[in-house]
Amino acid sequence: MKGLRNYLDKIKPNFEKGGKLEKFHSLFDAVETLLYVPDKVTTSGSHIRDAIDMKRTMIIVVMAMVPALLFGIWNAGNFHFQSLGILQEKTFWQVFGYGLLKVLPIIIVSYVTGLTIEIIFAQIRHHDVPEGFFVTGMLIPLVMPVDVPLWMVSVSTVFAVIIGVEVFGGAGMNILNPALTARAFLFFAYPSEMSGDKVWVAGLKGGEGIVDGFSGETIMGYAAGGKLEQMPYSVSDMFFGFIPGSIGETSTLAILIGAIILIYTGVGSWKIIASVFAGGAIMGLLLNLFAVNEYMALPFWQHLIIGGFAFGAVFMATDPVSAAQTEKGKWIYGFLIGFLAILIRVLNPAYPEGVMLAILLMNVFAPLIDHYVVEANIKKRLKRLKTLKA
Amino acid sequence: MSESITIRKGLDINLRGKAEKVFIKADTTGKYAVKPVDFPGLTPKLAVEEGSEVKAGSVLFYDKANTEIKFTSPVSGKVFEIVRGDRRKLLEVIIESDGKNESEQFLQADPSSSDRATVVSNLLNSGLWPAIKQRPYNIIANPALSPKSVFISGFDSAPLGVDFDFIMQDHLKEFQAGIDALAKLTDGKVHLGINGKYPPNPAFANVKNVQVNRFIGKHPAGNVGTHIHYIDPVNKGEIVWTTDPQSVVTIGRLFITGKYDASKTIALAGSEVLRPRYYKVISGCSIEPLIKENVTDKPLRCISGNVLTGTRIAPDGYLGFYDSMFTVIPEGNKHEFMGWLAPGFSKFSASRLFFSWLNPKREYIVDTNVKGGRRALMITGSFEKVFPFDILPMQLLKAIIIEDIDLMEKLGIYEVAEEDFALCEFIDTSKTDIQAIVRKGLDLMAKEMN
Repeated sequence: MKGLRNYLDKIKPNFEKGGKLEKFHSLFDAVETLLYVPDKVTTSGSHIRDAIDMKRTMIIVVMAMVPALLFGIWNAGNFHFQSLGILQEKTFWQVFGYGLLKVLPIIIVSYVTGLTIEIIFAQIRHHDVPEGFFVTGMLIPLVMPVDVPLWMVSVSTVFAVIIGVEVFGGAGMNILNPALTARAFLFFAYPSEMSGDKVWVAGLKGGEGIVDGFSGETIMGYAAGGKLEQMPYSVSDMFFGFIPGSIGETSTLAILIGAIILIYTGVGSWKIIASVFAGGAIMGLLLNLFAVNEYMALPFWQHLIIGGFAFGAVFMATDPVSAAQTEKGKWIYGFLIGFLAILIRVLNPAYPEGVMLAILLMNVFAPLIDHYVVEANIKKRLKRLKTLKA
Repeated sequence: MSESITIRKGLDINLRGKAEKVFIKADTTGKYAVKPVDFPGLTPKLAVEEGSEVKAGSVLFYDKANTEIKFTSPVSGKVFEIVRGDRRKLLEVIIESDGKNESEQFLQADPSSSDRATVVSNLLNSGLWPAIKQRPYNIIANPALSPKSVFISGFDSAPLGVDFDFIMQDHLKEFQAGIDALAKLTDGKVHLGINGKYPPNPAFANVKNVQVNRFIGKHPAGNVGTHIHYIDPVNKGEIVWTTDPQSVVTIGRLFITGKYDASKTIALAGSEVLRPRYYKVISGCSIEPLIKENVTDKPLRCISGNVLTGTRIAPDGYLGFYDSMFTVIPEGNKHEFMGWLAPGFSKFSASRLFFSWLNPKREYIVDTNVKGGRRALMITGSFEKVFPFDILPMQLLKAIIIEDIDLMEKLGIYEVAEEDFALCEFIDTSKTDIQAIVRKGLDLMAKEMN
């Protein structure tokens, strides 16, 4: 390891100001700090610091997504071979291998596109490369349909990073969740590739060799079309994830494993996760009470394990930058996300799934929620002064 | 009337190198220093020059804004050196002790039968006045004003913090006299906050003329700011004064003997000290004789004070005016390969991001490495876990950064000092120098309000 360190120290001057590779300073810095924690020591304030840093925090989030990712890869192969009617002939590794071939390129495109832009902006701004894209780069593939064209992944990532993050001043300053910005961009720019019954299963659009009667419709699709009774999936399929959908969203179990990692390490706010589920359950109950159609009568708890609800609650709503920042605000923010997500999902025929829009909407309202929490704190202090004077 | 309060938020950082409860009497010759930089906001005006003969209690420099406030020599001897920094900023006045410890003569009186003006002038003349600080702004108290109460924290919950129960046990008489003097300064009460976990030492248990409050909880349960917040919070326009137990003893001694005797007991602690112990020294002493043949030969960071709030000093540096300990820890100026990815069984973290949570009782060696790059303030909700005030830490911090005076006031800046934010700075993922920001905010407020 000493050789590597010496090599880095040797080439470092080239990337410093005035060096011939000055233009690549941010790239070099990103690679160097990935390999080695910097030797910087404290100069003012606390002499010792917690071992926590942004790299560690972000890598934990990525690890929390791994169960959902692995399941998503397998599920891509699973539904592809099901649609061809040859699932029984395939081994586990063939199924997984097919899924990997479909999903890995999406991940690579997302990371390469996003990191390139981040490094360019860091260079222009003379900043370090922020680690936020570690997470965004993995979230984007997980919320894409498996058959999404790679160029669309790239275009939406460009849009999300530049319009969603960089124009506001970079990671930490953005208003909207970048990964959802990417998805919303595709959803509105290329609706035919992001919705319908053909996009969720690999190879379905080509239409060759598909077995009769196979449908790639999601549960949301069945429900929005008023065909819930034709839906072939059981509750355990929904929970374990044997249903079509975006790559990472289908398995509630895998997502819950991620949630446990986030909550136990303290990286994800349990308050947000819990309140999103609470909000969704309460809206579901209300709909049950006033049910006039089959979808409204869907047992409220089933809403929590279908579509992107669990994924949104655990990985999207908890993004600390776009969420409410006060602890009390987090309860309100999460609750409204869950509440609105189910409302949009069930009552708005234009959008079969409401989680994405609910989170983006609440991203916009999060500063307002915080404003009222802060005002309440201020009022309490003023009141203390007044009772004293009275 | 005494209150018992449990603090639910906070963090104890369990470091290796706690001082063993053994007193060592240090040599009182050698060099001593008074450092104007220990007093935030002070513009000093020198009263001596190199070579001047001084006694304990002789004036070294004044506060230029209020010449009544004097800073005096802790020992008798000769002014050895006057150290200046950039733009001739006065950094240290170093005195070489003659070992005789002669003191100037001050008023000898029973404080409980003296009036306020006598107590104030005796404290000002002896140079003990700067031991009393005020909230808001955490600066030296203004002798012209009267605070609504006076707070003394009787325990130090900071990492490796000194045990005042051990230090104070034999000082009841002086402590009582000091308390009587402080009681003259306020129309309200004098509050002593003690550690509710243990029975108090004789000095704290038997002291009169003071309200004793018990606090139980993790650090910052021992911070005087925490005590004020829970007992008698500072509103706009109000003033609270604070001091520490050893200063109270020194004040008491001044009134009993009429002499300025700045001796105090300090701890020498930290993972790199071979024999961490308590030392009986005189205020402003040098760390040099204490660490001689008593530390490891790694690159070291010497600190006057504790690891969270102390001041970095050279290996021959001096004890800060308000400090009760020296800490020595390893410097962290080395690269760690893939450190952010390692399991981290031996890395201290308040979060559970490293596997060190498996072993909560472990004593850690923590070096001075920042352990990551500076980032935007992205993570929310972590400060709230270690900040026991009913104040929104992140929002107050951002108000200070944007210099919004009005918002800072509304969010409670009058109640806080730098040290109250030390744990936030320690656990901060984005590695921001938070205490420096808070100090900047306090200076800005002090300037704006006067």
